[in-house]
Amino acid sequence: MGLVLLIVIWLITVISTYFFVAKTWWLPTGASTAAAGIDHHFTTTYILMGAVFVAAQVALGFFAWKFRDRGASSSKAASYSHGNNTLEILWTVLTLVLFVGMNLMSRSIWASERFDSAQPGALQVEVTGMQFAWYFRYAGPDGKFGAIKPELIDASAGGESALGLDPSDPASKDDVVAGTMYVPVGRQVELILRAQDVIHSFFIPSMRFKQDAVPGLAIHMHFTPIATGEYEIACAELCGLGHYKMHGMLKVVSPADFETWLTAREAEKQ
Amino acid sequence: MATREFAAHELHAAPQGFIRKWVFSLDHKVIGLQYYFLALTAVFVGMFLSLLMRIHLIWPNATLPLFGDIKPETYLSLLTMHGTIMVFFVLTTAPQGGFGNYFLPIQIGAADMAFPVLNMLSFWITFLAYIVMLSAFFVVGGAPLHGWTGYPPLSALPSAGPGEGLGADLWVISIALFCVGALMSALNFITTTLDMRAKGMTLMRMPLTCWAWFITAILGLLAFGVLFSAGILLLLDRNAGTSFFVPLVTVNGQLAGHKGGSPLLWQHLFWFFGHPEVYIAILPAMGLCSQLLSVFSRKPIFGYKAMVYAMLSIGLLGFMVWGHHMFMSGMSPYTGFAFSVMTMAIGVPSAIKTFNWLGTMWGARIRFSSPMLFAIGFVSLFVSGGISGPFLAQPVLDIPLHDTYFVTGHFHLIMGVASIFGIFGATYYWFPKMFGRMMSESLARWHFWFTFIGTYAIFMPMHYLGMAGHPRRYSQLTELNYLHGLVPLQKFITYAAFVTIAGQFIFLFNLFWSMKAGKKASDNPWEATTLEWTTTTPPPHDNFGGHTPVVYNGPYEYSVPGAPRDYVMQTDPAIVSVAH
Repeated sequence: MGLVLLIVIWLITVISTYFFVAKTWWLPTGASTAAAGIDHHFTTTYILMGAVFVAAQVALGFFAWKFRDRGASSSKAASYSHGNNTLEILWTVLTLVLFVGMNLMSRSIWASERFDSAQPGALQVEVTGMQFAWYFRYAGPDGKFGAIKPELIDASAGGESALGLDPSDPASKDDVVAGTMYVPVGRQVELILRAQDVIHSFFIPSMRFKQDAVPGLAIHMHFTPIATGEYEIACAELCGLGHYKMHGMLKVVSPADFETWLTAREAEKQ
Repeated sequence: MATREFAAHELHAAPQGFIRKWVFSLDHKVIGLQYYFLALTAVFVGMFLSLLMRIHLIWPNATLPLFGDIKPETYLSLLTMHGTIMVFFVLTTAPQGGFGNYFLPIQIGAADMAFPVLNMLSFWITFLAYIVMLSAFFVVGGAPLHGWTGYPPLSALPSAGPGEGLGADLWVISIALFCVGALMSALNFITTTLDMRAKGMTLMRMPLTCWAWFITAILGLLAFGVLFSAGILLLLDRNAGTSFFVPLVTVNGQLAGHKGGSPLLWQHLFWFFGHPEVYIAILPAMGLCSQLLSVFSRKPIFGYKAMVYAMLSIGLLGFMVWGHHMFMSGMSPYTGFAFSVMTMAIGVPSAIKTFNWLGTMWGARIRFSSPMLFAIGFVSLFVSGGISGPFLAQPVLDIPLHDTYFVTGHFHLIMGVASIFGIFGATYYWFPKMFGRMMSESLARWHFWFTFIGTYAIFMPMHYLGMAGHPRRYSQLTELNYLHGLVPLQKFITYAAFVTIAGQFIFLFNLFWSMKAGKKASDNPWEATTLEWTTTTPPPHDNFGGHTPVVYNGPYEYSVPGAPRDYVMQTDPAIVSVAH
C-alpha cells in the first residue's frame, strides 16, 4: 500500500507540474505596461511555491513507502520522539521569510498600480456597468463629463439614455457614449468605474486589469496599453442571470486612428 | 469543577421512549449522530447540485430528467445553493456538530456536554435552518442566484433577478437561524472543554482533536454573531426599506428606492465571518488528521505544543485577514496591502502543521488502515490547496486571478476536499466506536482511490482555467471568445466529476451495510490511546459506565521504549521519566 501511495502521489505531482511547466494553459499575452512586472512576479511565486509543492508531495509519498509497517519481517519499533524544537524554529523562520519576503517583493508593482493616481495627460474614460452591458463615456473637447440623472435612465434606449445623461447640462453636449472601448496605444488611460444596479467587475485579462465597479462609488484606476489590437473585456463579479454574457471589447488603436474615431463620434452628435 | 460535572450527569437519566431517545435527545452522542446524518443528506444534495452544474456547462442544451432545462438563472441558483449547503450544512456541521459533539465529551472524560438542553436546541435550530434553506427551491422564482457570498445590491433587490424574491428571503433567514444554532453550540463546546475535563486531563494532555474543536468553537462564537447581524440588516434592506447595503441604484431603468447604503459594508461583515469560517471548516480536520497520523504511524505526534500554538495562531490571525477577499472590491489599496501581509503570515502556522505531519511519519511503522489513507490524502490535498494560497494572498497576483477558476480550484482543494477527507477519515476511524461494527476495509480503499485521484482530476485543472482568465460563475462558455479554447478542459473536469461522484456511492453503501453486517468491533480496534477507546463499544449512556476516568498520560504515547505494547493508554499508570 505504501508503494501504491508513493506512485499515485508522485504521478499526481508530475502530471500537475507538467502542465504548469509546459505552460499549456497560461496567462494571456500581456499588452499593458503592468503586465511584465505582474507576470514576472507570478513566475517567481510560481517557481518558489512549485518547489515547495513538489518537495512536500515527494516527501509525503516517499515517507509513506519508506516507513510502512513491514510486519514480522522487521522488528524495529517506530522511533519514540515528541519533536524537535530547533527544527520547529528553523522551519517557522524559513517559511516566514519566504512568505513575507514574496509579499514585499511585489509591493512596488501594487503601489504603481493602485497607490499612484493617474498622470495628468491620461485619457479619461468613464466605464459604467449595468445588467448586462458595459458603456464607455468620453468627456469630449470640453474635458468635462456631463451630469447623470438616475431618473432619466432608460436602459432599453441604449447609449446616452441608458446612462441617464442630462441633455440640459452644457457639459453633456459633447460627451461621447460608446459600446466599444477605443483607446490610443501608449497613452495612459484613466478609468472612472461606476455601476448602475449591482456590483460588476471590469476585467481585461490581456491588460492585467481587474477592478470591481460598485454602485454608489466612482473608482479611479489606470492602465497603459502598449500594443494595438482587440482585447476582450469580461465581467468578473456575479451580477445576475446574464453575467456570462456581459462582455465588451477594447480596441487599442494608433493615436491618429483614435482621434479620427473620436472626432467622427463627436460629429455624429452635432 | 468536579461537582458541576456530576451535576450535569444527573440532570438527565437514560431516556426510555423513542422520541426522547432518538429525536429530542439530550445525549451528546445522539445529537452528534443527528448532526452527522443531517450533513450526510446535505453533502449528497450539494454534490447532486454540482453534478447538474457540470452537466450544464458542457451540454448547455441538455434536458435533464425531473429537472427539465437548465437556464442561466437555474445554473446560478444551483451554484448558490451548492455553496451555501456545502459550507454551512456540511463543512461546518459534520466535523464540529457531528464528531465534535459525539467525541469531545468522551475524549475529555465527561459524561455529556455542559448544557445538554442547549445542545438539543442547537441541533434542532440547525435542522430548521436546513429545511428553510431547501424550501427556497420550491417557492415562486426558485432559489436565489446571488452566490453563497450574497453580495448586495444583487442579494438585496427582488428586481435584480429571478430567485431574488422569496427565495432570497428564505436564504437569509436560513443563514440567520444557522448562526443562532452555531452560537449556542460554540458556547457549549467552550464551556465543556474548560469545565468538564476529567481528573488529570490537563489542557496540554487533550488530544489535538479536542484542541481543534475548542478553537473552532471560539472562532464560531466570534464569527457567527457578526454574520447574524449582517443577515438581519440584509433582511431589513430587503423588506423594511432600510439602506444599510444599498445606495441609490437603478435596476432595469427603475429606481430601487434605496439611498446612501454601502455595498462594501456587507463584504466586510460577511468576510469577517467568512474567513474564520474557512478555518472553522478545516481546523477539526487538522486536529483529526494529526490524531490519525499519530495512531497509524504508531508514533507520538511530532511537536504537540507547536501544533497547539499553530492552531491558536491560525485562529487569531484568521480574524485579521478577511480583506484579502476584497483586493479588487474598491477597498483602499493601502488596507489591501496590510491584509496581504497578514495573510502571508497565516501561511506560516499552516506550513508548521505540514512539517509536523511529515515529522510524525518520519521513522514510523505506518499501518495503512482506511482512516490513515484519508489522513495521508488530507496532507497531500492540504499542501496542494495551500500552495495556491500565497498566489491569491498577493494583491498583485490577485489582479489576474481574482474571481477566476483559480480561486475555485484553490478553495475546493483546501477547504472543501481536504475537510471532507477529514470527515471521511473520522467516519472510518470512529465508526466502530459509534456503531459497534467495522466498516468494510476493501470498500473503503476503493472509495479512497476514487476520491483521491478523482478530486485532483477535478480541481487541479481549474487552476489552469483560472490562469487563462476563465471567470467563475459563468453559466455558459459561448460568449467570451477566449473561453472557447478552454472547453476541452471543462469537459475533462465534468467527466472526472462523474467518476468521483460515482465513487461516493461506495461510501454510502459501506456506511449503511456495515451498520447491519459489518464485523463486530472490539473496544479498541485501532490500538489507540485516547479515552473513547477505554470505554465499551458503543459507549453507554453516561460514556464510562458509572465511573469517571483519571488521566495520567498525554494522548500520543506510542512505541514508548520499554512499554509492554506499542501504545500506552491515557488512563494507564504514568510513564516514568521518558527521554525525549
